[in-house]
Amino acid sequence: MKTEHNDSLLRFMTCGSVDDGKSTLIGRLLFDTKTILADTLTQISNTSKKRGMEAVDLSLLTDGLQAEREQGITIDVAYRYFSTGTRKYIIADAPGHEQYTRNMVTAASTANLAIILIDARKGVLTQTRRHSYLAHLVGIPHIVVAVNKMDLVDYDQNVYNKICADYLAFAKEIGLQRNSNNEAGHDIRFIPMSALNGDMLVDRLDNMPWYTGETLLEMLEKAPAAHTEQSEEFRFPVQFVCRPHASADADLHDFRGFMGRVESGDIAVGDAVTVLPNGYTSKVKAIQLGEAQLQSAQTEQSITLLLEDEIDTSRGDMIIKTGSKIEPVKQIEAFVCWLSETPLSPARTYIVRHTTRESKAKVGAISYKVDVNTLEQQATTDLKMNDIARMSFKLAQPLMVDSYSKNRATGAFIVIDESTNNTVGAGMIV
Amino acid sequence: MSIKKQPYHNPLSHLDWLEAEAIHILREVAGQCSNPVLLFSGGKDSLCILRLAEKAFRPGRFPFPLMHIDTGHNYQEVIDFRDQRAAELGERLIVRSVEDSMKRGTVVLKSPDEPRNKHQSVTLLEAIEEFGFDCCIGGARRDEEKARAKERIMSFRDEFGQWDPKNQRPELWNLYNARSHKGENIRAFPISNWTEMDVWQYIERENLGLPSIYFAHQRDVVMRSGAIVPINVPLASGEVINPPRAGEEIINMQVRFRTVGDITCTAPVISDADTVSKIVLETATTTITERGATRLDDQTSDASMEQRKKEGYF
Repeated sequence: MKTEHNDSLLRFMTCGSVDDGKSTLIGRLLFDTKTILADTLTQISNTSKKRGMEAVDLSLLTDGLQAEREQGITIDVAYRYFSTGTRKYIIADAPGHEQYTRNMVTAASTANLAIILIDARKGVLTQTRRHSYLAHLVGIPHIVVAVNKMDLVDYDQNVYNKICADYLAFAKEIGLQRNSNNEAGHDIRFIPMSALNGDMLVDRLDNMPWYTGETLLEMLEKAPAAHTEQSEEFRFPVQFVCRPHASADADLHDFRGFMGRVESGDIAVGDAVTVLPNGYTSKVKAIQLGEAQLQSAQTEQSITLLLEDEIDTSRGDMIIKTGSKIEPVKQIEAFVCWLSETPLSPARTYIVRHTTRESKAKVGAISYKVDVNTLEQQATTDLKMNDIARMSFKLAQPLMVDSYSKNRATGAFIVIDESTNNTVGAGMIV
Repeated sequence: MSIKKQPYHNPLSHLDWLEAEAIHILREVAGQCSNPVLLFSGGKDSLCILRLAEKAFRPGRFPFPLMHIDTGHNYQEVIDFRDQRAAELGERLIVRSVEDSMKRGTVVLKSPDEPRNKHQSVTLLEAIEEFGFDCCIGGARRDEEKARAKERIMSFRDEFGQWDPKNQRPELWNLYNARSHKGENIRAFPISNWTEMDVWQYIERENLGLPSIYFAHQRDVVMRSGAIVPINVPLASGEVINPPRAGEEIINMQVRFRTVGDITCTAPVISDADTVSKIVLETATTTITERGATRLDDQTSDASMEQRKKEGYF
């Protein structure tokens, strides 16, 4: 059955380096979807000339900050937007070098699809492994392997086929199983393209008649939006409690609204719910979104829940459907990506923020760290920036967690250094 | 290789998704910060945020006051609309003015007609200190300018209000970190992921009122280095600013503003769009970016926004 995506939104990321044509690919997508307006084009055309280039360099569209240009590096994740009229897209554009693992993890955290760029002349490289592993680790369900620069290998189908076969062989090694009959498994697709010439991105030119699959934009248009593919448990972390008891309106004196975002699943008026960690139970009396009274609400909606009973509930609590399985835990086991220039110090106490809840946390055992290039597990006692390790934290307060592979919202946490208030780590619960 | 089975859920429409994200961000500010403030200029982006705040917090009051940093060079229509909207909502509006900073001597203009836009930073920092705000909510969007494309949703500023692009907190999932020490503060941008088009579509869907100068109207202007410059604009004080320069020809033109800011650095565009739905259409077919067409202060160099942000600008 054909899926209709009525003006929905897709977040995706691009993995690759400038050499793979990543900036050109993004520039092309923006240009071919007519997102680039005349004055911006004039600006980059002038810059192209200033830098001695003959044609307009579309990669300049994603050219960064002055601070970055001065150092010739990309510091950070940039977000770009385009719309096709049927769908809005948010691109997370992260630099692909090894020292930017943390940026890739950041970009991946909100993406539902990753485009992994491969230079057709070079084939599957170490960085391809790294990008694929990270996309997999951070739980991106849809992967598009874009074999770029086909113009430089004479649009040779054999080159393309070999790269696809090589990729699938190693994908298996890292646990990326290709989804063959639309059941469990990962959705891995391949596409040959020339970003420079705009071939197979939005337009299909005449160079690769042997490829009859979808163009990149067709793939993006059809890719499922987050949370749409399977049934998920209802998870509602309470962000804020609304008690307008001092209001002049007498009807509001007993109003007690639990405000938050449905992180997964859905909820309807009349559903039996449990509030964790205390375990109080009640029923949903009403669901509000602004002035609107809803009969039900679904994933990603920000709503206000009113319950039948007066229950003492505050920010950090979690409302679930009664009978759903989630236990408050005081120890978590997770893959953690270290984000800070200051290494992890096993002796220190950190803050773990999970949904709307915080807890002090002590480092437990570090089982091993993962070499993101070889995927080898190495024994370690410390964690430096860009390292990824399997480790545990002991918690002062219980957290209501799911495993990250089941639920990206209730399986994720960040680690905060209390002395600087910086976000220093990103965790995915095993 | 065509996908897929029937979706388990129909995804939210893009406007519903953006709305839900922004409400979530506003509630995180309320949950994490002890003394936030919502910057409100009367412009279209901040009017969207007011609507989002209603959806986030009603039937309660907003957990923050509204504040406008007034350059003293704002269109009277916008100031009137600002006051009217705050009164309708019954929320507290704080106004702090660049002219007061000038009187205090903390803002010194290079010349009397220097645009005051960038000096708002000084007045804003003074107000942050006066009230002890730990978070300012603003209507900046990442699509506006490339220095904004890398801006966080919760952006950290030191006690001089400085934005250091090299020292920003990584922002993952929707786990925002709005912690700050005394003196520092956070700038929160709930509509970071919105484009100009999203804003207009939201205004249309929610049927939001706007200051009249967003719609096509007749106005005396001159053409100055390629831009349309409004002239002889009356202020509330009775003063009239932006006189034409010698030799400039005054033209009465049908224009509207795509963005509303300080009179001396905001240019209108030629337009006959006199309703929101006509503006949505016009936005869909325009060939010039919002800032490119209308901001006289971003064109001095490739990096002017980045520079101003480092100095504490929004």
